[in-house]
Amino acid sequence: MQDILHAPDTGPLSADARSVSRPVIDIRDLSLTFETNDGPVHALSNIDLTIGKGDFVSFIGPSGCGKTTLLRVIADLEQKTGGEITVNSTTPENARLDRSYGYVFQAAALYPWRTIEKNIALPLEIMGLSKAEQRARIDKVLALVELSDFGKKFPWQLSGGMQQRASIARALAVEPDLLLMDEPFGALDEIVRDHLNDQLHQLWAKTNKTVVFVTHSIPEAVYLSTKIVVLCPRPGRIYDVIDSTLPRERTLDMRESEEFLKIAHRVREGLKAGHSYED
Amino acid sequence: MTRSSPLSRLAAGTTLPVVTVVLAIIALWYVAAVALNTPFQRDTYERAGQTDVPMSLLITDTLTQKRPVLPAPHQVLEEIWDTTVNKAVTSKRSLVYHAWITLSTTLLGFVIGTSLGILLAVGIVHSGVLDKSLMPWIITSQTIPILAIAPMIIVVLNSIGVTGLLPKAMISTYLSFFPVTVGMVKGLRSPEIIHLDLMHTYSATRLETFFKLRLPYALPYLFTSMKIGIASSLVGAIIGELPTGAVAGLGARLLAGSYYGQTTQIWSALLMASLLAGVLVGVIGLIERSVLKRMGMAS
Repeated sequence: MQDILHAPDTGPLSADARSVSRPVIDIRDLSLTFETNDGPVHALSNIDLTIGKGDFVSFIGPSGCGKTTLLRVIADLEQKTGGEITVNSTTPENARLDRSYGYVFQAAALYPWRTIEKNIALPLEIMGLSKAEQRARIDKVLALVELSDFGKKFPWQLSGGMQQRASIARALAVEPDLLLMDEPFGALDEIVRDHLNDQLHQLWAKTNKTVVFVTHSIPEAVYLSTKIVVLCPRPGRIYDVIDSTLPRERTLDMRESEEFLKIAHRVREGLKAGHSYED
Repeated sequence: MTRSSPLSRLAAGTTLPVVTVVLAIIALWYVAAVALNTPFQRDTYERAGQTDVPMSLLITDTLTQKRPVLPAPHQVLEEIWDTTVNKAVTSKRSLVYHAWITLSTTLLGFVIGTSLGILLAVGIVHSGVLDKSLMPWIITSQTIPILAIAPMIIVVLNSIGVTGLLPKAMISTYLSFFPVTVGMVKGLRSPEIIHLDLMHTYSATRLETFFKLRLPYALPYLFTSMKIGIASSLVGAIIGELPTGAVAGLGARLLAGSYYGQTTQIWSALLMASLLAGVLVGVIGLIERSVLKRMGMAS
């Protein structure tokens, strides 16, 4: 991962090239209402959002704002009740069937009876890839998340941070252009989190994947994102969309810069406004 | 310490309690044997006109009766030795022969029962209709006393021409499918939502989800159920041997023993049956350990 700063072959596209390409995710007036015994719950309402190729988009907001639900709608794990959504110019279901995204859950969700390698092989087995192809991909993604020496270990032999890296490797093995991540570092301590944020940023910069990232950490969102979507609850809706003015290449010490703090401030204001609406 | 010598195990506190319990059981057994056999012994003395029999003679006599109410442990062991080592295994008087008959019934019934249990569980987990329609009957089936239904199963199967091992194995199946069904339903339903969601994001088919997620998850449950199932299966096999007219098997030995008041024969058959159950459960435990170890889940 050290060679990342030296001209990766699939470098970041120029801003112009990105804006003319078709959106990876296009959401128009989307809503999702759960029918419960206490009446309908409006988990999402009037969501309008466009995510372009190579974007790193964070959903941030307090609990119950629908950020995870929105990610799950994109992944076809929840069904919308109104509006339009396309993923890779098709329905979320078709996108899922095409295996066009990799999903990283809040917990590593590794299968305890499979070694790290075998866990990564799981989606590849289901895709019906040859043993040789599986092997090649496993080695590649293990190197990418710096776990090459741990392929033969069982999940319980790894720390929480390493398990989460393994689960990211598993999502990457599918070689999706789109990565959906639901608070992947939420359960980790601050130091490990910083390290993984840095790794994720470099991975994204190197591969030019589109990433949709759910978090409730302001520094994490500002550090990683090209676009920050602030959501607020009841009904879950978008309060603010902030296009980051930070350069695409980022370093951890950028978090002290004035630019960074300005964006962080706007996110915080958005979160506050969303809350005060409540009580 | 590289090897665990008996002394070190004693010090570690595993051997001593085990030996103590075993000795206590044997001692209790002897006391009970003397107490239960004394009335008959006193009658014998009275009829023979013997009086003032010393206590030591009374005790030795109660432990060496031909048809005691409760045979002493050494009498049972003698009988087992006599009917295993001293008899050809093909002989109808060999306990090994009878144990083998019961064992084959047990294993056949267990294999059918376990397969049936797994099949039912798979159906129940994948279909709400099957869950609602089958589960009450499965539970009801186990509330019927097996002693009452066993002769009917044997008679019905005999009347349609099914004889030999199979009717008896059906009783074993009847008892052993239940724990396997219940355990497997629980096991197949135990994967976490997050794991099921993961399979959904991979667009895995139901079959793939079953073999790659549900089945591995259910294996520890399956082994636990199978341990209960095989013990029940042995009980079923013995019960199945009772109504067939006591031809062969440990059940037949029990019945024949009670016909002729051969209590030592009954107890030796009982001891053999519990030995068999212990070995069978132990074998499943060994398979469980090696399978789970390979899956990285052994404790």
